[in-house]
Amino acid sequence: MGGYALYVWGSYGVTFILLGAEVLVLLKRKRDLARKESPEQGSARNSQLESSFQENQ
Amino acid sequence: MPNRKINWYRFAAPAYFYPLAGKMIPWFAVLTALLFIVGLYVGFFVAPTDFQQGEAYRIIFIHVPAAWMGMMLYVLMAVYAGIGWAFNARLGSMMATAIAPTGAIFTFIALVTGSLWGRPAWGVWWVWDARLTSTLILMFLYIGFISLQSSIDDPRRADRAGAVLALVGVINVPIIYFSVQWWNSLHQGATIRIANKPTMAPTMLAAMLILLAACWLYSIAVVLVRVRYIIQERERQSPWLAEALV
Repeated sequence: MGGYALYVWGSYGVTFILLGAEVLVLLKRKRDLARKESPEQGSARNSQLESSFQENQ
Repeated sequence: MPNRKINWYRFAAPAYFYPLAGKMIPWFAVLTALLFIVGLYVGFFVAPTDFQQGEAYRIIFIHVPAAWMGMMLYVLMAVYAGIGWAFNARLGSMMATAIAPTGAIFTFIALVTGSLWGRPAWGVWWVWDARLTSTLILMFLYIGFISLQSSIDDPRRADRAGAVLALVGVINVPIIYFSVQWWNSLHQGATIRIANKPTMAPTMLAAMLILLAACWLYSIAVVLVRVRYIIQERERQSPWLAEALV
């Protein structure tokens, strides 16, 4: 990278770390939501929610 | 073509929008990944080395799309917030709330990559220049919008307060855009203008535009995911969601 490696890779590194963190935070929110809706069933209930939406269409 | 009337208003109903958004998300996610791969390939293996800035210029491929996304998402957020406020359409307000974090992240990426580019190009990480300062203000507007909304318990009141802030803050977007023309700036002028020919090699331009498209698709996917969680949280008491949960 002609002596600029730190700046160039740093830029792309920061970008993908931040975008990846955003996706991880959203995945965590999904888990938290599923737990709140039905603590005993968790994600099973969430997939049930998905399928019933599809049936409702 | 048969003259079928589409009732566009039903897309504004969370009960209709929720499953539709859910179906669209995987497509946007796959396209995002593809465009990032293609864009980075063109940017690093096809685009030539810049005769003035050497390899450091390759930061442009992510810096410019991130800065554009920061500005465009802000305008989009303000439009949605305005629609939600003016027409009492709660999905509009929920979209504005869902856009804000992604807009803030892209603005932050623009500031950080700009700093990492400023150091080799100008010799400094940061200057209190019109463009840099107004972009920093853009990030504060996003943070202000997010913290204002989260400080108000009643969702509809939070929507209205956020809408006022978002709409007043829109004035900052043209200031960012024209800052390099209005003030003496260390920041270089616009590389791509609507009226003129772009002042960069076609492969460089291609890499930048592909990554811009990737950033757009990423934003759409992430915002749709987030707005669905917001709908789930806020429509908990609604019959359509309660029905689905039984």
